[in-house]
Amino acid sequence: MSTMVKYEEKPLKIVGTRPIRPDGVDKVTGRARFAADYSLPGQLIGKVLRSPHAHARIKSVDTTAAQSLPGVKAVVTRDDFADMPSEFAAAGELTINFRDVTRNMMAREKVLYDGHPVAAVAAISESIAREALKLIKVEYEVLPHVIDVVEAMKPDAPLLHEEQFTDGVTPKPDKPSNIAKRLVFARGDLEAGFKQADIVVEREFNTKPVHQGYIEPQACLASASEDGQVELWTGTQGHFVFRAQCAKVLQMDVGKLRVVPTELGGGFGGKNNIYTEPLAIALSRKSHRPVKMVMTREEVFRATGPTSGANVKVKIGCTKDGRIIAAEAELNFQAGAFAGSSVGMACPCTFTRYDIDNVKVVGHDVTVNRPKVAAYRAPGAPIIVFGVESVIDELAKTLGIDPIEFRLKNAAKEGTQTYYGPKLGPIGYIETLNKAKAHPHYSAPLGLNQGRGIATGFWFNIGMETSSRLNVNEDGTVTLIMGTVDVAGGSRASMAMMVAEELGIAYDRVRPVIGDTTTLGFNFITAGSRGTFAGGMAAVLSARQAIERLRQRVAQIREVALEDVLWKDGSAVPAPGSAKQFTPMSLVEIARMAGKTGGSISGQSEINAQGAGPGFCTHIVDVEVDKQTGAVKILRYTIVQDVGKAIHPAYVEGQMQGAAVQGIGWSLNEEYFYGADGVLQNPGFLDYRVPVASDVPYIDTVIVEVPNPNHPYGVRGCGEVSIIPPIAAISNAINNAMGVRLRSQPMSPPVVLKALGEAAGGKSKG
Amino acid sequence: MAKNRVSATVNGDAVEFLCETQQTLLDVLRDELRLTGTKEGCGTGDCGACSVTVDGRLMCSCLMLGVEAQGKSIKTIEGMANGEALHPLQRKFLEHAALQCGVCTPGMLIAARSLLERNPDPTEQEVRYGLAGNLCRCTGYHKIVEAVLDAAREMRGA
Ligand code: FES
Ligand code: FES
Repeated sequence: MSTMVKYEEKPLKIVGTRPIRPDGVDKVTGRARFAADYSLPGQLIGKVLRSPHAHARIKSVDTTAAQSLPGVKAVVTRDDFADMPSEFAAAGELTINFRDVTRNMMAREKVLYDGHPVAAVAAISESIAREALKLIKVEYEVLPHVIDVVEAMKPDAPLLHEEQFTDGVTPKPDKPSNIAKRLVFARGDLEAGFKQADIVVEREFNTKPVHQGYIEPQACLASASEDGQVELWTGTQGHFVFRAQCAKVLQMDVGKLRVVPTELGGGFGGKNNIYTEPLAIALSRKSHRPVKMVMTREEVFRATGPTSGANVKVKIGCTKDGRIIAAEAELNFQAGAFAGSSVGMACPCTFTRYDIDNVKVVGHDVTVNRPKVAAYRAPGAPIIVFGVESVIDELAKTLGIDPIEFRLKNAAKEGTQTYYGPKLGPIGYIETLNKAKAHPHYSAPLGLNQGRGIATGFWFNIGMETSSRLNVNEDGTVTLIMGTVDVAGGSRASMAMMVAEELGIAYDRVRPVIGDTTTLGFNFITAGSRGTFAGGMAAVLSARQAIERLRQRVAQIREVALEDVLWKDGSAVPAPGSAKQFTPMSLVEIARMAGKTGGSISGQSEINAQGAGPGFCTHIVDVEVDKQTGAVKILRYTIVQDVGKAIHPAYVEGQMQGAAVQGIGWSLNEEYFYGADGVLQNPGFLDYRVPVASDVPYIDTVIVEVPNPNHPYGVRGCGEVSIIPPIAAISNAINNAMGVRLRSQPMSPPVVLKALGEAAGGKSKG
Repeated sequence: MAKNRVSATVNGDAVEFLCETQQTLLDVLRDELRLTGTKEGCGTGDCGACSVTVDGRLMCSCLMLGVEAQGKSIKTIEGMANGEALHPLQRKFLEHAALQCGVCTPGMLIAARSLLERNPDPTEQEVRYGLAGNLCRCTGYHKIVEAVLDAAREMRGA
C-alpha cells in the first residue's frame, strides 16, 4: 500500500514565509552537536589501517605486536566479521549488496583500492592507536590494477572479482568481467529514426569521479554493553538504514541497536553508507568500552565514495527544423571497487527532458580499483547530461536555432511517454525554459572572450517509507518527531511550517526533532530529495490525525457529534449551519484539559509515500575565458527551477545555489589524480579544489511552482536537480565564447589552454 | 607520552590544560577543553572550519600546536555571542539563511568577524576574497556573502 495525499489549493499563512530554522541558533553559537562532538566517559579512540595498494591479495594479517602495545584495548580484522552471501538491499538511490558491504568496511580476500581497510584498533589515546597501526604486519601479494573505466572494460584488463559475470546479457558470459551489469532502456525504432533525421551528431565525453566534499568527515561513537545492546551516534542521512546495515553485517538483532542521528555536517548522498560504524561497534564489543572513530580528510578522500567517473557516447538526430527524431547513448560508469554505480539512475535521466519517439540507452556498471562510489546529488545525471546537453547545443548551433527555442520544440510535458516507463504527470519544464528565455540575463550583452551557455536537468525525486509522530503537549505546544534526517536543507523548518499551517498555530509553537531509531517505525534514508516531500506528507498526516483527535475530545467535552466540530485557525469551532452551537475551544485549552478528558493527544503516521513529482530546471551561465591562462571565470549564473511548492523559499534557494556551485566545482576544478601505482595523489582540499567564495558570483534563482498533485502542499523535492546542468551549461558557454568545444571534465586551465592552442592551430571543431 | 602544562586565556577565562606535544590547538580546544564548537574539516589548513583568533589574529587552530597557546588569548565561537545577545553576524546568518549543515558556520563567523574588524565596509569582492579560506559545500556562498554585507552595514550604523 502506498500513500499519496492530494494537493489542495488554499490560502496559506505560514507555508511560503521565511522563518528562522529551529537548528539555527545552535549552529551559529557552536552548540550544535555533530558526530565528532560526542564523547562518552571511558571512551577509546579507534583508527583504521588502510591498504597502501590499489589491488593486492592479503596473505596474512599479524596483529600480535599491536595487541600487546600498552593502551591498546582491541584490534579487529577480517576474522572478526562473518562473511556474507550476495544479498541486495536499497540504500538511498543506489542498491547495495551485503557481500560487498562487509568487504568494503574490512577487506577479506583482497584489497581493491588504495585506502581499503584491513584492520582497526581501539586504544586509550589517538597517539597510541596510531602507534598500534604501525605495528600491524600485513603481507600482500600485489596484483595489477585498473583505474580507468575504458581500460577496465577490455577483456584482458586486470580483474577485480573472479566471480563477477556481466549481468544483463544473454547467454550468460562464460568469462568473468569487470563489467558487472549491462542495462538497456529503449523505445521506438532507433534505426528508422536516424534514417529520417536531416542531421545527426555523435560525440564522446569523459568525466572524472568527484567527491561530495562534505566539510564534516565521517564520525561515529559506539557503545556496546555486555547484554548485547548497542548504542551508536553517527552522522548519517538515514539512521534506520544504518541500523539495518550494521545489524546485518554484525549479525545482531535490529532491536538491540539504537542509532542516534547527530547533526549532519553535509552528506549530498555520501552519507548513505556505513564505513567505520560496524568497526566501532565491533571494537566496543571487544574492549567493553565506548569507541569513537573520526575519519581524517585523507581517509575521506581515499576510502569513501565519490560519484562515478565515466565515458559516455551520445548520438542525436533531428530534422532541419529542429525536431529530435532519434537519440542514443552509451554510459560506461565506474562503480569503484564493488558493483553498484548510479548508472541505473543515469540511464533514465539521459533524455527525459525531451519528447523523443526513438530512444536507446545502454549502461554499463564497471568495477575499477577505486573506492566504491556513493550517491552524489542526482546521482549520475550530471555526467550524462553533460554529453546530451552539449550535443543539443551543437545541433541548435548548426541549425541556427536559439538553444532555448530548440529545447522548447522538443520539451517534455504532461502526458509525454518516457522511455523508461511512466508517462509524465504535470511538470514545469516548459515553464522553466520560458522563464529563462524571458529573464534579463538571457539577453544581457556579453564582452570579449565571454560566452553564454544554457543547459537543463530532470530528476525523478522519490517518496518511500516514512513515519512521524506529533505530540500535543500539555500547554498546547507541539512536538513533531520525524524519522527523516534533516540533511541540512532545513526540512525541520519546512515540516514545522506545514504542521503549524495544518494546526493553525504559530510556527514557533512547533518543535521538530529527529527521533532516534527507538522512537518511530522504519524510515528510509533522506535521499532523492524526499525529505520535505515524504517527511512532509507524513508530518501533515500526523497533524491531521491529531486534529481529528482534538475534535473528538471537544465533541466529548461539549457533548456534540464529531461532525459538529470543525477545526479552524487553531481552535475547535462549531460547524457552520450545525444546530449544535458551543463555545469554541483553542488548542491550548484542549491540551490543558487533556489529562482529565482521556489522556494526552497525539497523531501518528506510517506511510510509504508515492507520487514524488519530477523536478526540472534550466540554467543560464556567462563565462569569461582567460586566453593567457585558460582559466574560466563564472561571471553570472541564473537558475530557473520548478520545485512544485517552496515551503520555505530561502531554504529552497539555498538548495538551488548550493547544488549549482557544486556543479561549478565539478565543471572546472575537481578531479582525482591517481599515480601509475594506483595510489591517490591528492587526498586533501589543497589539491582537490572545491569552489571557494571568490570563485563564484551570486547565483540568481527563479522559483517556478507547478504543484505536485500528490502532495498536500504541492512539494516536488528540490535538493538535487540543479547539480545536473552546470557542466554542460559551462561547456556550452565556453564554446559560445571561444568556439572550442570541451568534451571532458574538469575544464581546468591546462585543459582549456590546450584546447585553445589546438583551435588556433586549425584543429577547431564544434 | 609526557604531557605539557599550558596556561592560556580562552574566551576571557584563564584556563590550564595538559597536552601532548603533537596535539594541535584544535585538538586541545575540542578534546581537552571540550569546546567542540570549533570544527575540524581537514586538519591541514585548507578548509577554515577550525578558525579561531589568537591574540586577535585569525588562525587555523589545526595549524597551531596546543603548547604554542601558552600565554595567548584565544577566542572561539563559544565566546562570540554576548550572553542573550547574538553578535550581529550570528543574527544576520540566521536571517539570511546563510547556513545549512552548519559545520562551516563557526569558522565562517570567526573569519567574517575578523574581516569586518580589518575592513568595516567591504565590497562583495572583498568579502568573497576575505572568506576564501573558509570552505562551505552547502550554500554556494550566496547567502553568506549577503549576510556578511548586511551585518557590516548594521555594525557601521549605516
Ligand atoms: S580543520 Fe583547520 S583548516 Fe580545515
Ligand atoms: S553550511 Fe554546510 S558546509 Fe557550509
